[in-house]
Amino acid sequence: MPKVTYIEPSGNEVVIDVPVGWSLMQAATSNGVEGIEAECGGSCACATCHCYIESHADQVPAAEQGERDMLQNAVAEIRANSRLSCQIKMSDQLAGLVVRLPESQI
Amino acid sequence: MIVGAGQAGLQAAEALRAEGWQGDLMVLGEEPHAPYHRPPLSKAYLMGESSAEQLTMRGPEALARKAIDLRTGCRVKRIDCAERIVHLDQGDRLAYDHLVLATGARARPLAGAELRGVFVLRTLDDCTQIAQAMQQANEIVVIGGGFIGLEFAAVARKKGKSVTVIEAADRLMARAVSGPISEIYARLHVERGVTLRLASTVAGFTESAGQVTGVMLGDGSTVRAELVVVGIGILPNQELAAAAGIACESGVIVDASGRSSDPFVFACGDCTAMRLANGSLRRLESVQNAIEQAKACAATIMDKNRPFIAAPWFWSDQYDVKLQMVGTSSGHDASVIRGDTSTYKCSIFYFQGPKLIGIDSLNRPQDHMAGRRLLDQGVDPTPQQAADESFALNRLFQPEATVT
Repeated sequence: MPKVTYIEPSGNEVVIDVPVGWSLMQAATSNGVEGIEAECGGSCACATCHCYIESHADQVPAAEQGERDMLQNAVAEIRANSRLSCQIKMSDQLAGLVVRLPESQI
Repeated sequence: MIVGAGQAGLQAAEALRAEGWQGDLMVLGEEPHAPYHRPPLSKAYLMGESSAEQLTMRGPEALARKAIDLRTGCRVKRIDCAERIVHLDQGDRLAYDHLVLATGARARPLAGAELRGVFVLRTLDDCTQIAQAMQQANEIVVIGGGFIGLEFAAVARKKGKSVTVIEAADRLMARAVSGPISEIYARLHVERGVTLRLASTVAGFTESAGQVTGVMLGDGSTVRAELVVVGIGILPNQELAAAAGIACESGVIVDASGRSSDPFVFACGDCTAMRLANGSLRRLESVQNAIEQAKACAATIMDKNRPFIAAPWFWSDQYDVKLQMVGTSSGHDASVIRGDTSTYKCSIFYFQGPKLIGIDSLNRPQDHMAGRRLLDQGVDPTPQQAADESFALNRLFQPEATVT
């Protein structure tokens, strides 16, 4: 199963096996990774699962319009590599992905 | 002690740890499952895009790390507020210092709906059964044109089923949205092939050997059905609280800080009705309400103050249209449209005098998110600004002054 490294706001790194097809949010929240709220449960309706994609920039599928609109309203700084983690599905191509979580989501 | 292991119950437990609660923390859940995300049930889960495991909010290890003692399949029989003891069905007695009721709500039942093939849509198990039944069924009737019924109707149409929606009111989602939004959604569902029967009551069901075959309407007609989903609202699970002498009306009555009428009992989420400053009771049935009230309860227990005062917001996904609501449209005396209703990309801004009171947005999340801040900060755009797409609403508020 491909692994993803999540860097929590504290700097703590957590490596998780993420099943293919799961979103980065689902794997993080069900494993209790700190730094993701995901209030809406993955419906792209709350912008509280903001993350920074720190690797695999070319392999991560681009954000759709709805995600881009919601992302503008995330609380933490929006960077070029900002995404909503509920909208990125795990694939074998993303094995080894590194995801950084922001200081705040709400 | 937290009774209820849904969104509100889990949030209360985690908020208590975040606020510094060091003592024991037990969460009692009636369902056999660990806390799961309910919103995707009527959408991604029924579409088969998401498995049950993917809906889990926190797995056992994650809960154990926070020393949250989750007990599933656990039903509370009685609460003794004087002795501060919770009595379980199995006979166990559990003492508490503080009790948080997060007992949720249940689907409002419909008389005669015990037939095979008739379902309510509330829990993971409900949806697992519906998904299974839907494989065999082609003709589907949805009773209730509210959010749940319409989200399910959209899923069933996407799966190619024949779908009829029966609604007692003369418009869709009448309890939650304005007339123009109801009309837009009626058009959307008809365009996507749904048969709408508005202002129609259900008189009963037809059946064959205990399996539903149709829904009889008040006008004498019958709509054939192999599968029926009933989505006619929810009832707060307030019986435990009421039996314990805790004040309840349309839910367990709480203040903005989550306090019930008992000094050691708090409540959050779908089971509550919140007393507003003007004395009226407000019932919200939403994720936001569960989260905000749970955080308010946790803060109050820890002698802090974090009342739920933010503008209420909600959303509904039907087909490729995302409806996002903030504030309220009820009581508005003027409204303006931003965007284009014909392309399902618009927002309606509701005003009471000069005051903005609510916004309903279709596929315009930027309006919705700006609207949350406008309402929370009490900033009113003029109707002209609201209607003018070239006017950036976020010019009106200070982004860093986010109200949480």
